[in-house]
Amino acid sequence: MKFDQPYDTPKHTMYEHDVIVVGAGGAGLRAAIAAHEEGADVAIVSKLHPVRSHTGAAEGGINAALREGDSWEDHAYDTMKGSDYLADAPAAETLCKDSPKETIKLEHWGMAFSRDDDGRVSQRPFGGLSFPRTTYAGAETGHQLLHTMYEQLVKRGIKVYDEWHVTRLAVSDEEKPEDRNCHGIVAYDVQTGQVEGFRARNGVILATGGLGQVYDHTTNAVANTGDGVAMAYRAGAPMEDMEFIQFHPTTLPSTGVLITEGVRGEGGILYNENGERFMFEYGYANNLGELASRDVVSRAELTEVNEGRGIEDEYVHLDMRHLGEERIIDRLENIIHLSEDFEGVNPLDAPMPVKPGQHYAMGGIETDENGETCISGLYAAGECACASVHGGNRLGGNALPELIVFGKRAGHHAAGKDMEEAKITTGKEGEYELGEVDSPVELGEAGIGEDAVADGGTAADAGATVSGADLVQRAVEDERETIDTLLEREDGIQQAEIRERVQKSMTRNVNVFREESALKDALRDIREARELYQDVFVADKSRTFNTDLLQTLETRNILDIAEAITLGALARNEFRGAHWRKEYQERRDEEWLKHTLLSWNDGRPELWYKPVILEGEDKTYEPKVRSY
Amino acid sequence: MSTQVPESVEEESATETASAGKQKRDAKKRERAERVQEQREAEAAEKARSADDTFHLKVFRYDPEVPEKQEPRFDDFHVPYKQGMTVLDALMWARDHYDSSLTFRHSCRQAICGSDALFVNGSQRLGCKTQLSDLSEPVRIEPLPHADVVKDLVVDMEHFYDQMESVEPYFQTNSLPDGELDEQRQTRENREKVKMSTRCIWCSACMSSCNIAAGDNEYLGPAAINKAYRFAMDEREGEDMKQRRLEILEQEHGVWRCQTQFSCTEVCPKDIPLTEHIQELKREAIKNNLKFW
Repeated sequence: MKFDQPYDTPKHTMYEHDVIVVGAGGAGLRAAIAAHEEGADVAIVSKLHPVRSHTGAAEGGINAALREGDSWEDHAYDTMKGSDYLADAPAAETLCKDSPKETIKLEHWGMAFSRDDDGRVSQRPFGGLSFPRTTYAGAETGHQLLHTMYEQLVKRGIKVYDEWHVTRLAVSDEEKPEDRNCHGIVAYDVQTGQVEGFRARNGVILATGGLGQVYDHTTNAVANTGDGVAMAYRAGAPMEDMEFIQFHPTTLPSTGVLITEGVRGEGGILYNENGERFMFEYGYANNLGELASRDVVSRAELTEVNEGRGIEDEYVHLDMRHLGEERIIDRLENIIHLSEDFEGVNPLDAPMPVKPGQHYAMGGIETDENGETCISGLYAAGECACASVHGGNRLGGNALPELIVFGKRAGHHAAGKDMEEAKITTGKEGEYELGEVDSPVELGEAGIGEDAVADGGTAADAGATVSGADLVQRAVEDERETIDTLLEREDGIQQAEIRERVQKSMTRNVNVFREESALKDALRDIREARELYQDVFVADKSRTFNTDLLQTLETRNILDIAEAITLGALARNEFRGAHWRKEYQERRDEEWLKHTLLSWNDGRPELWYKPVILEGEDKTYEPKVRSY
Repeated sequence: MSTQVPESVEEESATETASAGKQKRDAKKRERAERVQEQREAEAAEKARSADDTFHLKVFRYDPEVPEKQEPRFDDFHVPYKQGMTVLDALMWARDHYDSSLTFRHSCRQAICGSDALFVNGSQRLGCKTQLSDLSEPVRIEPLPHADVVKDLVVDMEHFYDQMESVEPYFQTNSLPDGELDEQRQTRENREKVKMSTRCIWCSACMSSCNIAAGDNEYLGPAAINKAYRFAMDEREGEDMKQRRLEILEQEHGVWRCQTQFSCTEVCPKDIPLTEHIQELKREAIKNNLKFW
């Protein structure tokens, strides 16, 4: 099938840019600025206006080896240890080497960092760090970073299509994902309901952030539905290490609002119901106590609750009153507001109730250290990507540098800058092995081969001769059909019910502590939700700002991601980093120094593995017992 | 294929044609979906009936495309109350259980994304930061005044963004250190001085509350002036840049329009002393002996 060009009609437009960035948080903004620096015509397409992005909620800081006595090598060592030896050393070392100059770049862009008496940017201790290298702006570092970067975007006049929800990628349909090309995206204009194509002459960068809405207790925003990960997955790019979900130890029980690790970094203490400082008294972390890495503290808290020493059988206390009002206001003022507004507790007068909550996905779209996926012209950076920097567990303060370091690299690469050849392979280009998992239900798409709605990804049967623009146009037409189908249906089930079922099941079954029977229950629940989704309908028939439709499209992404997390968790028969298994209480290096990958293979997940790379530039990171 | 397919997958009867089988399955599935949906609606109604406490919301509705909603109206929702419930929680509950077409912007739920500034019982507030228990019933929820309504509680933000972007809202200096690892120094006092101004989350509550902005579409408005303050007072930009910023600010529709009514300061959810910042810029402008009309 051949389309007549051009695709612009009185009703429709096909947009065209060299580089298209999907998402406008820290990684997306940095990628766009970098592509612009390289002379590319770049545009951002985002379902939120940039300043609404969830990067703004990051509190703690940016790890960067800036000071005498510190070094990128120490930062890399801490990162590899924190990852429980599942990070790839070339990615972790890239992060640690580039972070200092990228952090100072933010300072040169005017970011309002907290300051020491000598006028230099302040740094503080954070969990799992051997040096106080977390560079911060009060307890609102992400807000300052996001706004600083958006200012630079405005300065450069970079085009933003805001409140455009990207629904699928226009990727060619060669048999092997490694042979495919990404030519653009399809997006839905939330304001008008128009579905339009965006052709990317050079490349598409996914920077869609987190996926916390897979769970019902999360620090993530309502918008964090893992759209980019799911979209790339359905287009053939594998998801990597999805079972590794970080549960942050200090979230407010009633809302999931985050209380920064900076509270413990500054000296805050955790107590159980008996007023015991359990991190030490029960031996969870005899050296670092409250500042052990996040997975360790989260498990300790839940163990306290499970053994009857929790408060109201639900949470523990985080006390910072002894730090004194002056220091708290100077360094953690935002925490006073959050605790008062969202939990009704003034932390200057009383300890804050806290419990673990979903916070961060270590896994994501498989990329190399230059941000490229196995599909030509498709890049990913930030939380939606997996390079992998964080492996089995991310250190606090390592997410923000990831955004600026890998956002920039992806932006440069997509704009055509020469990059050093990547040491990390993507797709089935290097060594790999197929895996197996014993699932109690069928996996993947329900109703395969039937008129499945809301399929994303690959434009089918495009043939070898079609141009990139044709491919984008075909994807646009598929999407219009999908959306029309959803809007035409008069009855069935609504997305809120399906989403709620999945979120509850994930929190119940695929949480901090995981066991086989519960993981299988989750797979059953997800299967049932997938079947219900076959009959999803959108009650709001309006084309104007239809959030009912938007959420229905997002819920499809939640289904694919929930399945991937659970499947990975069931397959990994060991305890590593944030992934704890009741039946397997040890890290099993002889078998599991490998990344979990899932590829979308004709509507079914295919499980495979590739080895982790522990060889760094000058040394190999030998796995050691991880104690804090 | 790597994943095992379970044995319990239904086999189609050989006598059935594939399409008849599919139709039957489809019908069965649809029935189940409808049953689940009905059950959900019944449960929601039951929850609202049996809750000790419900909150009565009166919510503004408008959709230019839907005939019944073209004429703006208020819909009533009775939402079961849970301790700590905010206006945003209540709207989400109403949307997810009663009417999925109820439309409002929201994302972070923690007063940092600035999406959900609303007009609640007659004043501009963030939905996520406003406790229901602090409000008298019925709770009247409307879109921000002085902005065009797109649909229900969603307003057009373009004018607000245009004003924000008109004040050169980015850091500028003529004296950056040479080395890529060399920081500019800033005193703790100076950082403290600009701190409150950097807290702005672009929610536009201030702009909506401002009578001057309502009457003068070109007035920069409190948020944009505050953004300029953030840079004008930052010692890292240097004196010559400050001059330039003051020139932008004392244009006809700049700082001198403010009549110090303090309405912006009163509604700011981040407690930014907006009026004070505007006053300080007026004083700076005079001090620098710049002309004003």
